[in-house]
Amino acid sequence: MRIGVPKENEEGEKRVALTPDVAVKMQQLGFTLAIESGAGAEASYSDEEYAKVGVEIVNDPKELWTSSDIILKVRPPNAHPELGINSIELMKKDQTIISFLYPAMNPEMLQQMAEQGINALAMDSVPRISRAQKMDALSSMANIAGYRAVVEAAQHFGRFFTGQITAAGRIQPAKVLVIGAGVAGLAAIGAAKGMGAIVRAFDTRPEVKEQVESMDAEFLMLDFPDAEDGSGAGGYAKTMSPEFIKAEMDLFAAQAAEVDIIITTALIPGKEAPELITERMVANMKPGSVIVDLAAEAGGNCKLTEANKVVSKHGVTIIGYTNLPSRLAAQASQLYSTNLLNLLTELCPEKGGEIDINMEDEVIRGATVVKQGNITWPPPAPRISLAPKADVGLKAKQALEKPEAKPAHPLAFLIPLLLAGGALFGLGSVAPPEFIGHLTVFVLSCFIGYMVIWGVSHSLHTPLMSVTNAISSIIVIGAVIQISSDNLVVSTLAGLAVFITSINIVGGFAVTQRMLRMFRK
Amino acid sequence: MNSGIITASYIAASALFIMALGGLAHQESARRGNFYGMLGMGIAVVVTIIGFVENNEFMLVGGIVVGGLIGYVLAKRVEMTQMPELVAILHSLVGLAAVFVGWANALEHDTSIVGIALSIHAVETYLGILIGALTFSGSIMAYLKLSGKVGGKPLQLPGRHLFNIALGVIAFYFMLQYMDTAATGGVLELTIMTIVALIFGIHMVAAIGGADMPVVVSMLNSYSGWAAAAMGFMLGNDLLIVVGALVGSSGAILSYIMCKAMNRKFLNVIFGGIGQKKSTAGAAGPAGSAEDIRSVESDEAADMLLNAKEVMILPGYGMAVAQAQHTVFEITKKLRDKGINVRFGIHPVAGRMPGHMNVLLAEAKVPYDIVYEMEEINEDFPNVDVSIVIGANDIVNPAAQEVPDSPIAGMPVLEPWNGKQTIVMKRSMGTGYAGVDNPLFYKENTRMLFGDAKERLDQILKVIS
Repeated sequence: MRIGVPKENEEGEKRVALTPDVAVKMQQLGFTLAIESGAGAEASYSDEEYAKVGVEIVNDPKELWTSSDIILKVRPPNAHPELGINSIELMKKDQTIISFLYPAMNPEMLQQMAEQGINALAMDSVPRISRAQKMDALSSMANIAGYRAVVEAAQHFGRFFTGQITAAGRIQPAKVLVIGAGVAGLAAIGAAKGMGAIVRAFDTRPEVKEQVESMDAEFLMLDFPDAEDGSGAGGYAKTMSPEFIKAEMDLFAAQAAEVDIIITTALIPGKEAPELITERMVANMKPGSVIVDLAAEAGGNCKLTEANKVVSKHGVTIIGYTNLPSRLAAQASQLYSTNLLNLLTELCPEKGGEIDINMEDEVIRGATVVKQGNITWPPPAPRISLAPKADVGLKAKQALEKPEAKPAHPLAFLIPLLLAGGALFGLGSVAPPEFIGHLTVFVLSCFIGYMVIWGVSHSLHTPLMSVTNAISSIIVIGAVIQISSDNLVVSTLAGLAVFITSINIVGGFAVTQRMLRMFRK
Repeated sequence: MNSGIITASYIAASALFIMALGGLAHQESARRGNFYGMLGMGIAVVVTIIGFVENNEFMLVGGIVVGGLIGYVLAKRVEMTQMPELVAILHSLVGLAAVFVGWANALEHDTSIVGIALSIHAVETYLGILIGALTFSGSIMAYLKLSGKVGGKPLQLPGRHLFNIALGVIAFYFMLQYMDTAATGGVLELTIMTIVALIFGIHMVAAIGGADMPVVVSMLNSYSGWAAAAMGFMLGNDLLIVVGALVGSSGAILSYIMCKAMNRKFLNVIFGGIGQKKSTAGAAGPAGSAEDIRSVESDEAADMLLNAKEVMILPGYGMAVAQAQHTVFEITKKLRDKGINVRFGIHPVAGRMPGHMNVLLAEAKVPYDIVYEMEEINEDFPNVDVSIVIGANDIVNPAAQEVPDSPIAGMPVLEPWNGKQTIVMKRSMGTGYAGVDNPLFYKENTRMLFGDAKERLDQILKVIS
């Protein structure tokens, strides 16, 4: 099948859905590739680089759209500025498009695709299950957005992030508050931490506390009577109760007066972003502070945020860029392109260059929003269940714990001793004294052996075996005693025994020596 | 030479042997221990030759010189991966020597022994030959299995328990007979018993699977000791008794340690199937879905290593098979030079015999102070950034802890899944000796690196150097 990658035509969009590195791997799946001329230019991938790895460069966008079986894009298809029509109209039956599609916001687009018989897979609908992580483009982009948010903040913040003691005096480290510790929030925490700031984070989902703390940031807890769990379906947050929100707002108000930079990432799927930073809080912030609002596209977490703009209010810079990933275009393209590759790998298990939209597969089912004229969005709810797992573990643990043994009678330990003693007395009453003498030696030697061997280092067990092998050939003494016999058979047997034990003695000691020489510090 | 000097020399030799084993408690004293052993053996042999030998000196010296040369060459030439085979062969020689000495003693009747002493002597001789013979044939069988000349699959004859019992009954019956006939000959009884013991030895080891070889090798080690002790009783020689008891208990303890490391009962290993619950539930089917497997390439694995601060290497026998231990050490050296703390974690049954993996690592020049035992290292895993499992499976299988009805449930295992990331190097998704699938491979923080361990490690080495 032929895959076509058009140039993104949305204003300010610098990403591209295919990088030369990934192109190599896609061709290994059996696909032939074509890309619109200049598609990668803004992300620093030149046409030559694509051509070098065997990607066909197509100048006419119309030709690219119509001749490809699969279209890979970043942004949803829209009105084409040069051709004057919506790109979807260029597509025909049985073509497949894979892109961010935001199906909840674009019902007309889905309708149009269904009417034209186009198959569509939305990268933003890949279910958030562990298996699908490698195709989770939302996480990839959120990661980049979180990182970039810190870079943008640094750009507009007039001070160091890190604290320093200089000859000219002490510099306080910047204090950063990250609201929402999802993928973007965690990336922001990591980046801010890396630049030396003091980082605090807040999230309504208590289970992320550990992740935040593992990154050396401080997790802010609410002083709230009933700990409310804000985890919603699919690992996202849900809307909280009014009491909770009030406690939360008090916390933010207190923090706003103290911190230098606030990065907000609070999004609830399918809803307007919650307003967390009020105008009063902004006014209370120190002059020169910076707010980066990653929820700007969904209305913003800050009251004063203006989408796609940097504004200054009450001496505070408020950054409302909506497409931060595009501001790290090369990085974002690389990750997005790899996500696409992973999805194509799932779609094309035979590696024969043909895709099969297998609706039995949970991941593919989730991503597919239009198939063969039918709108298949929304998909059935993803199965996510962490709690039962813990339950299984507990059961297993219980099963492994052996039932406690009945306490033995306090004198039970005497029974084997009495038996052994009885046997010894019985033997002693009939056996000749020499035998008892030998038995004494034997029993005591067994005990010595027991004590000594437990002391042997585990790492020396192989040398132990070879050395015990050598010394057990002490049988040679028996053979030496017998070798002078007049009986030819006896002396021959003894001679053979001397011969083979000699192999053993020399071989055993020599190989032990060789091994022990190898052990070194 | 009077008997007082001989006895005194034997006491010295016994003490030296005990010190030899005691020396193995630490690497620092181990070589001195081996020297004590040689010294003790030298004293015992020289004193015995001076004290007892009257003629046939030529045969004696010839045997010692030729045998010694062969032994020396064997010891110099053996590959460290073949140590289990060598040890098995050496065990068989001890067993065979015991058979020869026992027979020689039985054929040369000592008419001074009468009454109850004669009966005891007969039993000693009989048991000495019996243990010697089964050590001999069992070790030969073990050698064949270890060297791959005979398949590793356990031989499961129908009615094998009855067969063993029958052999035992026959041996016991002829022992009673031999107590009567020992004074006048008893060649027939001894011959039958020797054959029975040989068959028993072969059958016993043939019925044991490849995974249990560490137990078998240490058990045969123990038997060779008991054979020597029986010879000591027969000859009335305390030195043989002391050494036999030392070696016997040494092998027994090693067997015990191995069984514990596999959570098996000793009798269950030796007479497979006794007291064994039939549990196949955990064995059937994979432990996760194939989509959960995340495979990586060598360069990604190398990146993970370079970005780590704490690396743990968990080798299994697969590393030795691929002859990858030298590359592993090169990688270790490179990473340590970069300030990354690399350590090794060794499971007691990694390799084919007790302590085998330690020897293989030592041969590759890995310093022993970064090689740790399972118990020492397991609780450190939460601090480990990357664990690499090389050619191991059952010893890192979380099913032992998580799946109560798994065949390996309860076996102590290394716990790399408690660390941040694990790289598993394997040829394929095949199962280990126990035939149990490994849930570790499907865990979220596990990456699979498929292919020949040596090739893959060479690639990693190239990237990091």
